Amino acid sequence: MTDISNNQTPPAAVDWASGKAKALRKKRYAADRRLRYYGIAAISTAVLLLGILIGSLVSTGYLAFVQTHVTMEVAIDPEQVSADDPASGNYRAIVSDGVQRLFPDVEDGGALRAAAGIITNGAQVILRNRVIADRSLVGQTIRLQVPVSDPYDQLYKDVIDRDLPENRRRLNDSQIALFETLEDRGLIEAKANWGLIFSSDSRFPELAGLAGAIVGSFYALLVCFAISFPIGIAAAIYLEEFAPKNRWTDLIEVNINNLAAVPSIVFGLLGLAVFIQLFGLPRSAPLVGGLVLALMTLPTIIIVTRNSLKAVPPSIREAALGIGASRHEVILHHLLPLAIPGILTGTIIGLAQALGETAPLLLIGMNAFLTSPPGGIMEPATALPTQIFIWADSPERGFVSRTSAAILVLLGFLITMNAIAIYLRSRLERRW
Amino acid sequence: MNWQGAVTGYLFLSIILFSLAAFYVGRSAGARFVAAEGASVHSRPIYHGAFAAIWVGLPTLLLVVLWLLFQDAVVRALVVASLPSSLTEGASPAQISLFVSEIRNVAAGRIFSEPRPEIAAAAERYASWTVIANWAMVVVALCAMALALYLARSRSAPRYRARQSFERALDVIMIGSAGLAILVTLGIIVSLTYEAIQFFMLVPPAEFFFGLNWEPQIPIRADQIAGTGAFGAVPVFTGTLLIATIALIFAIPIGLMSAIYLVEFANPRIRGVIKPILEILAGVPTVVYGFFAVLTVAPAIRQAGSLFGIAISPNSALAAGAVMGIMIIPFISSLSDDALKAVPQSMRDGSLAMGATRSETVTKVLIPAALPGIMGGILLAASRAIGETMIVVMAAGLTANLTANPLDGVTTVTVQIVTLLIGDTAFDNPKTLSAFALGLVLFIVTLCLNVLALRIVQRYRERYE
Repeated sequence: MTDISNNQTPPAAVDWASGKAKALRKKRYAADRRLRYYGIAAISTAVLLLGILIGSLVSTGYLAFVQTHVTMEVAIDPEQVSADDPASGNYRAIVSDGVQRLFPDVEDGGALRAAAGIITNGAQVILRNRVIADRSLVGQTIRLQVPVSDPYDQLYKDVIDRDLPENRRRLNDSQIALFETLEDRGLIEAKANWGLIFSSDSRFPELAGLAGAIVGSFYALLVCFAISFPIGIAAAIYLEEFAPKNRWTDLIEVNINNLAAVPSIVFGLLGLAVFIQLFGLPRSAPLVGGLVLALMTLPTIIIVTRNSLKAVPPSIREAALGIGASRHEVILHHLLPLAIPGILTGTIIGLAQALGETAPLLLIGMNAFLTSPPGGIMEPATALPTQIFIWADSPERGFVSRTSAAILVLLGFLITMNAIAIYLRSRLERRW
Repeated sequence: MNWQGAVTGYLFLSIILFSLAAFYVGRSAGARFVAAEGASVHSRPIYHGAFAAIWVGLPTLLLVVLWLLFQDAVVRALVVASLPSSLTEGASPAQISLFVSEIRNVAAGRIFSEPRPEIAAAAERYASWTVIANWAMVVVALCAMALALYLARSRSAPRYRARQSFERALDVIMIGSAGLAILVTLGIIVSLTYEAIQFFMLVPPAEFFFGLNWEPQIPIRADQIAGTGAFGAVPVFTGTLLIATIALIFAIPIGLMSAIYLVEFANPRIRGVIKPILEILAGVPTVVYGFFAVLTVAPAIRQAGSLFGIAISPNSALAAGAVMGIMIIPFISSLSDDALKAVPQSMRDGSLAMGATRSETVTKVLIPAALPGIMGGILLAASRAIGETMIVVMAAGLTANLTANPLDGVTTVTVQIVTLLIGDTAFDNPKTLSAFALGLVLFIVTLCLNVLALRIVQRYRERYE
């Protein structure tokens, strides 16, 4: 180094105060600021996009948490329904009689049909279920509160603008006039829409709910947990504590890392070809969905478990070995209990990912139209994300806000699971 | 079908109960050894119990699971073999599988019209053989457990090394679990390849890989005009690349810039707020992004287009690509974040000490040093974008256009797989099988990208450690 600098002539002194140097400095500082602004702009864009995403979901979805109801009087005529066999009766006639009572002045058949369109198509089913639950209702006249059908629900929530010209509205002036007479008589009421959570899917937006999807997702996650949790922990313990360093274990490690990055739809193809085609398991069943999700969650659990085992300080291992524990005893009695908080946290996060997974469930048929929750893991079911997909594909306007509401419910579950994971981590995890 | 589930459920329950019983039997035997011989007994009583339980429970559990998985396939094969030759003579595999599904429908009571006598008889056989197989499984499982309990009990003695036996069994369980990962990969490769080969026997590979026309239809009648369908997948591949490219064009600048800002400029408090927000973007399910694309982004882009008088397709590649870009921002930003942080502090300090500004340090020192890590992250993000399904299923088109115009609708590999496999899935026509060929291509491409990316990231990490 020294001879090089000796041979060179020293550089001419730089005049730092000259105009040229000042301009150069200014340019360099400007570049510095620019980079900083780019960074801020990028982050603001990302945060803004997240805000728009959540904002658009909330602004369309909150409406579906409320459902407009109409109160009507129906006379349960013993001639139409017998108390001995309430399941089969002419409830349609009873409901249309109720519509006539609602509008005593309307006599024209066409206008009456239009009036019947205000209440939901499922009114007869609601009435039937009421009568089956309480047979003594036969012969009485009861007040029945039923959802109004989707266009009127939208009208009451001001989604349909009453000031638009008639030909650009989904409801014409006479339909709106009929509805407004009901509003004036105070029969219309917006109530909290518990049906969104507690009833199952329906062709009619005003009746559709998520109960079937929530139960289906629960079963699928149960299967997923029961399979991936024990297998993942066992595999991780082997790879972390016992596996010799050789080509086989290298292969397994590369494999696990790759499985974590395989597109989810490929797991769906695997489930379809192997579980359904080869093993003959039933289509659309939460069992198959859970199996596929388990294969996808397995790498996550293995990686998390290995990291948690690594985080236990070697002194504990050495102390246990020093007083004569076998290697298995060290793991079962000491390492695993200390690592379990980290493993649980990672498992919950892995299950949350599985809960949001859609594509593989579509391929194994968990997008069926089902009007009741599944009774077990072998029965056809939908899951929350596939239900969202079904509703997003439905042409009825009312399903737009239902879909957003369903997404909010799904996000609610995900946030809860992640919050539990964070809580567990902060409460149980030990810093060494 | 329901009683079958009940039988299986009770069988699993009884396996658990038997194992527990075996545990207590083994443990009390161990306790007696201790009482009789004191300290010279080899294993503690609990290991005698665990040893008995694992021998009673585990082999039977494996047996029952395998039985359940293969019972249906075996019964099906037997029923097919028992079909009268008048039916099976000269029948193609497709016809056979049609018979099988008919038989199963009849056996399950889903009858729409009076079945043919041969089919009805076969359905009866199918149902009765299923019953026999189920009860045989119960009997075999109970016998296996009794035998295992007897063997375990007869081997245990004061000097018996029960702990070692138990630990060996644990080793087997752990190795089996670790090997499952390989089994899954093998399962993916074998099943996709098998179905893809079936496809390539119907459609020549040259047509699939180089054909420019994608119309996956099958003729309903033999003489149907234009009913043969076309399986040239090039427009599907270009559509996938177009959407993935748009996504990366959106995501790389935003992700990279935010990573640079977070690592080099932001104070820890801002970092602590911004990082979780970016992680939320990664945790949002893709079906939500898909709905967001349909509900908000696509209409917004169309409106913007009509302002300038440009007609934009309702399912333009731009909308799907942009939303996919939002989805992969967090991947790029967190992987670039890791890469930038891994650059040794000494390089940063050296650059600053030479009088470079922060931005000069970033652009001239840090980014070149972290480039392999950043490239790895971008490759991983690209693999995500190619394999992403729900956003494109909901927001991209179904028709395969060979175009590079982002305002047109294009289709992708994943969209085609989903649309081809939703609904009916008879495994005998090129329409269904082509989905598996596309899946195989998708798997291989993403696998190559992932291996490459992981290798780059790993090598780079080693360099600075």
